[in-house]
Amino acid sequence: MATCPASELAPPGEGADETAALADRVRRAADARRPLRIIGGDTKAWLGRPVEGEPLALSAHHGIVSHDPSELVLTARAGTPLAEIEAQLSAHGQMLGFEPPRFGAASTIGGVVASGLSGQRRPFVGAVRDFVLGVAILDGRGRRLRFGGTVFKNVAGFDGFRLMAGAMGLLGVILEVSLRVVPRPRAESALAFEMDSESARLWVADKLRGPTPISGAVHDGARLRLRLSGGEAAMRAAGAALGGEAAPLDFWESLRDAPHPASTPDAPLWRLCLPRRAPPPDIGDLVAWDWAGAQRWVVSDLSAEAVWRAAAEAGGHATRIHAPAAADEVFQPLPPAMLALHQRLKAALDPARVLNPGRMYREL
Amino acid sequence: MLDRFDPAVDPTFPAVDPARLAAALGAVIPADRLILTPEGMRPYETDALAAYRSLPGAVVLPADAAEVRAALKVARELGVPLVPRGAGTGLSGGALPYPRGILMSFGKLNRILAIDPAARTARVQPGVRNLAISEAAAPFGLFYAPDPSSQLACSIGGNVAENAGGVHCLKYGLTVHNLLSVTLETIEGETLAIGGGEALDTPGFDLLALITGSEGLLGVVTEITVRLTPLPADVRTLLAAFPHTHGAARAVADIIAAGIIPAGLEMMDGLALRAAETYAHAGYPLDAEAILICECDGEPADADDEVARIADLCRAAGASLVRRAADGAERQRLWAGRKGAFPAMGRYAPDYYCMDGTIPRRRLPEVLDGIAALAREHGLAVANVFHAGDGNLHPLILYDASAPGELSRSEKLGGAILELCVGAGGTITGEHGVGREKLNQMCVQFSPAELETFAALKAAFDPAGLLNPGKTIPTLPRCAEYGGMHVHRGASPHGDLPRF
Repeated sequence: MATCPASELAPPGEGADETAALADRVRRAADARRPLRIIGGDTKAWLGRPVEGEPLALSAHHGIVSHDPSELVLTARAGTPLAEIEAQLSAHGQMLGFEPPRFGAASTIGGVVASGLSGQRRPFVGAVRDFVLGVAILDGRGRRLRFGGTVFKNVAGFDGFRLMAGAMGLLGVILEVSLRVVPRPRAESALAFEMDSESARLWVADKLRGPTPISGAVHDGARLRLRLSGGEAAMRAAGAALGGEAAPLDFWESLRDAPHPASTPDAPLWRLCLPRRAPPPDIGDLVAWDWAGAQRWVVSDLSAEAVWRAAAEAGGHATRIHAPAAADEVFQPLPPAMLALHQRLKAALDPARVLNPGRMYREL
Repeated sequence: MLDRFDPAVDPTFPAVDPARLAAALGAVIPADRLILTPEGMRPYETDALAAYRSLPGAVVLPADAAEVRAALKVARELGVPLVPRGAGTGLSGGALPYPRGILMSFGKLNRILAIDPAARTARVQPGVRNLAISEAAAPFGLFYAPDPSSQLACSIGGNVAENAGGVHCLKYGLTVHNLLSVTLETIEGETLAIGGGEALDTPGFDLLALITGSEGLLGVVTEITVRLTPLPADVRTLLAAFPHTHGAARAVADIIAAGIIPAGLEMMDGLALRAAETYAHAGYPLDAEAILICECDGEPADADDEVARIADLCRAAGASLVRRAADGAERQRLWAGRKGAFPAMGRYAPDYYCMDGTIPRRRLPEVLDGIAALAREHGLAVANVFHAGDGNLHPLILYDASAPGELSRSEKLGGAILELCVGAGGTITGEHGVGREKLNQMCVQFSPAELETFAALKAAFDPAGLLNPGKTIPTLPRCAEYGGMHVHRGASPHGDLPRF
């Protein structure tokens, strides 16, 4: 385990501050009411609806601004590659607790936060938003605003910073993020079980009723895979209690690099978020599940309306990973009052509606 | 005093005939849960920031969501401000009534609706006490992790409004990290299901994050689902004493830098630990200038290993004494001193004023020195009791409210301490909320454009600004009037203090 004296501040990496130029672009776009399509590494274009707009690239606005290991905080400009941040953290025995999927080398930290996609630890340690401590953004008028900060406990003002996680760029152009980082676990191991998808899901749910070092629970269609993280004693105790066979840990690393299910272009693929104990909705073929069963990948030939209805009845929601036509909705439709509130929130931060309009919903 | 709402710099509303308000509320809330007399409303005129008092025009205690909606409708139709109130344990005046407005107490919405041990969730009404959730979950080997020191009395609805923290949030997170969903009633008459619940993620914006900590400005919560956490297998508690606060501060930074996240990491300075020792006989060494109380939980062997590593780091940082609690009784005593530290201050002064700034951990030594310098400058004593692992300070300003000028001097000192925190890269409030108390300091921490954005977010939920007006988000006229006295963000208002 790497440790550092408290006084050691990691030197800011190479980087460039393009705030002024980016702000100018947003102001001009707002004046002309010309929409902007915000781009980090452009690795997640498959998520959400297509945006008709001039590209606003963030990749030139990059660099780690600060990382103080004893503060468990890293601040970086939005265009900083995720890989650069993970290398910096790894050198200090730390990591991003939410373990974001990578989707390629170009992936940037701004895109990670804007998309709000969390990795395998999500049900055990939290989502992207749980680790965002502060952001600097450009609002739809091109004003630089800062919400939150670099400290964990901070309740001054509304949580404008957590609101940016998963907002898909609709509420602001993320310029800079401060993230809470975590120490790497003292020990990790992986297990595999010959168990069908349904029995495995219920078995895992039962295990999660008590204290357990489980930090990943995935069924890949053939086998149940568990990862354990924590102290050595906890690992030994859990290993003995759970059984299964020892498996290579690099499976979990490879999951983060795996080509996304969306890269199989023909299948009508859906991501369902459901209570982990919810029975499988009868809409198609389950490909795999993650998050101990709370995130499921399903191929369905049913209409989008039927999938959304089934997901809602099961207590969750569904996201279309392949939009057969550009005009289609992608995310579970919001009830009218909720959609209207979203429209008012969008107008509060982006009155000219120039930031990624339509990326999440047609009306936003 | 900030308990006087000032028409020049606070939101104002046209006066409404009290008889008309009483009649409108009387039509929807039964008489035994509608209070209209000054004597009856007296218990509601303040929260735990008792220096601030103001009488509302009516107090309503709804018993179900329909009554909540009905009272909100009265507020909207008559244009009367409405202030929600949980258990009234808040320390920032967030539940201070708006004069002649409606105060909505959640005292009657106090049922635990369901504990689901298989899903590890609890579904509760907002008036349920924080500790009652953990008590109901304990038979299933579960607890609700956020534990503000008022957890015996404070309500979960108030915890949601304030994004309450506690002693164990370094490891287990704040309220926002332990919420799954809420039902929100808006002043516009809409009922919104917010948060993904057991499905974790939710489509659209993360409104659960926005609602948590919004201090009753965006809507009123009538039902809450929280995540429950399995009780740890075992707990170890360590006491470390230091001849100087700097050594304790260094140990805190070293523990975190070594990759250890204790369940709790608390610090008390000399003044605080001596008062607490006299009060609770916790076994703190009276000659120390700082102590750390550190708790590790998990499998017994892992917890043993962690406390051993922490003990080494404390010794290396200059600890004069490191002692592990031998048994449960000693552990209880160590914590009793910490939890009794606030009331123990009664030995030194009749009144104390509890502050709540957060700073980056590595700046603890200089900020503690800065606080001491400010205390001398203002002629008041300050004791420090705080969540060191989070850098969340609770300086306690000791004063005597009956001595002329001391209250206003303590307020001035409090403001200066918060601005010191902002100058050190921190925030004016870690867990107590802005409420009424820290409105002026919001002008120091945020720019006019940021404050305008907060106001616009509020208007998206509450266009008439009726929910908890004059709290949390200062008006720009207030900042213009108050802000002239201050150097804005980035520059410390106390440039003469030594910096590292």
